[in-house]
Amino acid sequence: MSKLHIETTINREPAEFLCEPHETLLSALRNGVGLTGTKEGCATGDCGACSILLDGRLVPACLVLAPEAQGRSITTIEGLSRGAALHPLQQKFLEHAALQCGICTPGFIVAAKALLDAKPDPSEEETRYWLAGNLCRCTGYDKIVRAVLDAASEMKGSTA
Amino acid sequence: MIAVARVHLPSGLTRHTGGVDTVDVAATRVLDVLAALRDRFPQIADRLEEMAVAIDGEIYADPGYQPLRADSEVHLVPRIAGG
Amino acid sequence: MTAPRTFKYVGTRPIRHDGVDKVTGRASYGADPSWPGMLHGFVLRSPHAHARIVSIDTKAAEAMPGVHAVITGRDLPETTAQIALGEAAIDLRDIGDNALARTKVLYDGHAVAAVAATTIDIARQAAAAIAVVYDVLEPVTNIDRAIAADAPILHPALRTKGAPSAADDATNVASRLELKRGDVDAGFAEADVVVEREFRTPMVHQGYIEPHACIARCGEDGRAIVWCTTQGPFVVRDACAAIVGLDPANVKVVPSEIGGGFGGKIVVYLEPLALALARKAQRPVKIVMGRDDVFRATGPTSGSKVRVKLGAKRDGTIVAASASLWYEAGAYPGSPVGAGAMCMLAAYKVPNFLIEAYDVVVNKPKVAAYRAPGSPIAAFAMESVVDEIARELKIDPIELRLANANAEGDRAPYGPKYGPIGLQQILDAARGHPHWRAPLGPNQGRGFAVGFWFNAGMNSSATITLNGDGSAAIVTGNPDIGGTRAAQALMAAEELGIPVERVRSNVGDTDGSGYTDVTGGSRVCYATGMAVIRAAEDAREQLRARAATIWNVSKDDVGWEDGRAIPPAGTEKAAPMTVAELAAKMTQTGGPIVGRASLYAPMAGPAFGAHICDLEVDPETGRSRIVRYTAFQDVGKAVHPGYVEGQMQGGVAQGIGWALNEEYIYSPDGVMENAGFLDYRMPVASDLPMIETVIVEVANPLHPYGVRGVGEVPIVPPLAAVANAMRDATGIRFTALPLSPPRVLEAIEAAAAVPVEA
Repeated sequence: MSKLHIETTINREPAEFLCEPHETLLSALRNGVGLTGTKEGCATGDCGACSILLDGRLVPACLVLAPEAQGRSITTIEGLSRGAALHPLQQKFLEHAALQCGICTPGFIVAAKALLDAKPDPSEEETRYWLAGNLCRCTGYDKIVRAVLDAASEMKGSTA
Repeated sequence: MIAVARVHLPSGLTRHTGGVDTVDVAATRVLDVLAALRDRFPQIADRLEEMAVAIDGEIYADPGYQPLRADSEVHLVPRIAGG
Repeated sequence: MTAPRTFKYVGTRPIRHDGVDKVTGRASYGADPSWPGMLHGFVLRSPHAHARIVSIDTKAAEAMPGVHAVITGRDLPETTAQIALGEAAIDLRDIGDNALARTKVLYDGHAVAAVAATTIDIARQAAAAIAVVYDVLEPVTNIDRAIAADAPILHPALRTKGAPSAADDATNVASRLELKRGDVDAGFAEADVVVEREFRTPMVHQGYIEPHACIARCGEDGRAIVWCTTQGPFVVRDACAAIVGLDPANVKVVPSEIGGGFGGKIVVYLEPLALALARKAQRPVKIVMGRDDVFRATGPTSGSKVRVKLGAKRDGTIVAASASLWYEAGAYPGSPVGAGAMCMLAAYKVPNFLIEAYDVVVNKPKVAAYRAPGSPIAAFAMESVVDEIARELKIDPIELRLANANAEGDRAPYGPKYGPIGLQQILDAARGHPHWRAPLGPNQGRGFAVGFWFNAGMNSSATITLNGDGSAAIVTGNPDIGGTRAAQALMAAEELGIPVERVRSNVGDTDGSGYTDVTGGSRVCYATGMAVIRAAEDAREQLRARAATIWNVSKDDVGWEDGRAIPPAGTEKAAPMTVAELAAKMTQTGGPIVGRASLYAPMAGPAFGAHICDLEVDPETGRSRIVRYTAFQDVGKAVHPGYVEGQMQGGVAQGIGWALNEEYIYSPDGVMENAGFLDYRMPVASDLPMIETVIVEVANPLHPYGVRGVGEVPIVPPLAAVANAMRDATGIRFTALPLSPPRVLEAIEAAAAVPVEA
């Protein structure tokens, strides 16, 4: 049983970890690197709580094998704020009371960032369909959608 | 002060009380009311332990020493859990 | 206690204090920490729905390198779980047996053994090496089978509590409850129209996104710490101590942030196992549930069969009601059928009724509370029949309810008189709302329904510590699911007259906070809120006494206004002092200032909700979508309106999922076939529209601000609101949930094949 040594970039910084060949990237992030902001809700790619960006692409970390991170670039929830400045999405989630228990919130914010990276001015319908891969059981999605649309409107015209 | 509590028994218990569904009990505390009911209707003693008590509309799951006001209205109700 | 009052902080929408940690991923939930020396636990579960355990051989597992402990039911003390703890003794025996089976497995997923090892992979492999021999029995997977004369029996010693006659036959009916008023036969004889229907709802799960997780540590001295995601740290403490055989004085429970509960995290599942493993291994043990085990082996809510018969006069007055409710308890007794029976007629003045309610065990997981437990199922049945009556009599559905609505002074179906309640007000609000008159498009229908929940009281404690700079820290023992820390900070700020930003609200562990009952039952804002208010009042009284000391006057003469102590007129060299100024002098005037309060609040904040649902059906696929939804609710007093709206919207979404798609699907062998989020289909963002909320405030006289519980009521009306909308859209009365596309399509096609009389 020998582990693989993986070198990667996480949140704009070089990072490395040891992992089993069959281990998921979710497990490596949480247990290997200690970044527990990305959550496990189902381990089958159905709930979105483990949403991360892999080379800018939105993926569920539970469906990516840890060794696949080699040489690639990962963004997790911990990488969204810059210093003491929250990302507009984070700020809008707070202002709109778009979280209650908060377990799905990191996944939603990462997924919403991917949406706004791809489409800075989404409609309500586009936002709802993009976020259909993220389950929330507390909010009914109303305030989440409002927060994302408000963040989009604030970010339009300013360099993100 | 002699408080007389009017106690209403649910219909599931009245078959053990000979159809009596309202009992006036002179008592100042709930546990005295329950003791009086147990004395009068021994067959309902077990069921009494499982019930909550409503005193003038306020439901207590574990009423014990709750005081009764003069002319309190007491209902026995099933215990409910929230979630 | 409830003089009308203008509030400075209560009713505003500050950003919640724990918010930044949650949007940055820093907040620590059950599975997030790692403790030094930690082992990983894995639970072996029964693949059979009903079987006797013949033998369990753990030798191969124990011998595996990296395995530090293996436990089975034999490792848990049988007798301890029967200590007299009041009537909770029986429950604890069932909960212990549910956590780790001793002689029988009673559902697919029932735990039979657990392993602690240095890695999760080794723990899994070791569990696979445990040899369990089962004597498989015929399973009972639905109510009809469970109550049949030749049904397999789950518990040979079980007899029906509350049965009309003392029956001594083995049964799967754990209890019978009856509620009665007047004479139903005479009542029905008077009715101009009578409608009778039978309804079915499936087992469904609370669906919290965070699986159960815990870490337990037990020292050589028998002192233990449990970190876990829970709604009730004190429940975890007492239940684990009893099940594992520890002195509760030696068990401290530290609640993590909780990723959803809705009633499903009030009971213990993993915690006793982690503790027992930690004790055996003398190392901390972490266990995290997989999503499939969350479905199979925690506490969903009952599937049901409910028969309702309602009689009304031509003018809409309801004259008689009868109902029979059968709820699945799962593997051990204890469904919420009693609450369902009590809630069913809560909204209506009915002079004659007879309701009988049966608690039925089946080979499914032991049910746990799910948001207003029992009430949504009962409301689905009752509100569907009320809708039918309205159609038959050609009376507007809201008018019909107004004509029969209970008000203050009327008797609840379970006996006591109502205090002030907001039912009439929410009905008026719904009737006057533009949604009720908005035009509908093709294949669209509109449904209306009301719902009720009692809202609990129970034990709560709070302390408020003042710091030298005049800021305050609150400690309660209630995990924060919906934003209660923000609400508590608002209440403390209001009572002390300090800015809400200078109040920190904390959830303590079982040693650091006064005893408190669970976070649930919509009780935290009401009961724990009351404790926080009283603790703040206590602190305020101490501040007044300090001011009196400083001014050398009697405390009785010291006034208090807007966060400042006011000296009596004519006092020399005395100006009003703020909380900060007084706190700065605490050391010199008597020492630290800590306000405290603890109380037992009665269950006395009943609340009603009313919902309007517009739904559109695609007649070619049976797929439906909610196009508009408005929820009206009497909340007493909205302390933080943003979070009150959030509770309403969340409850609506869960109710919609329950109505349209969610169900436990079982094979004939009693094995759950859809134990994952792909096939257990909960609503996603693209399924729902914006959910409009209308808050009505009819003050609850028992709370200083008039607060009523808010979290549970909103899940009660949606099942019927959706079904009534479906009736309106399709002309078909569906009496079984969920209204999933295949079922709707089948019914639409069947209806089209037969000429229908309108």
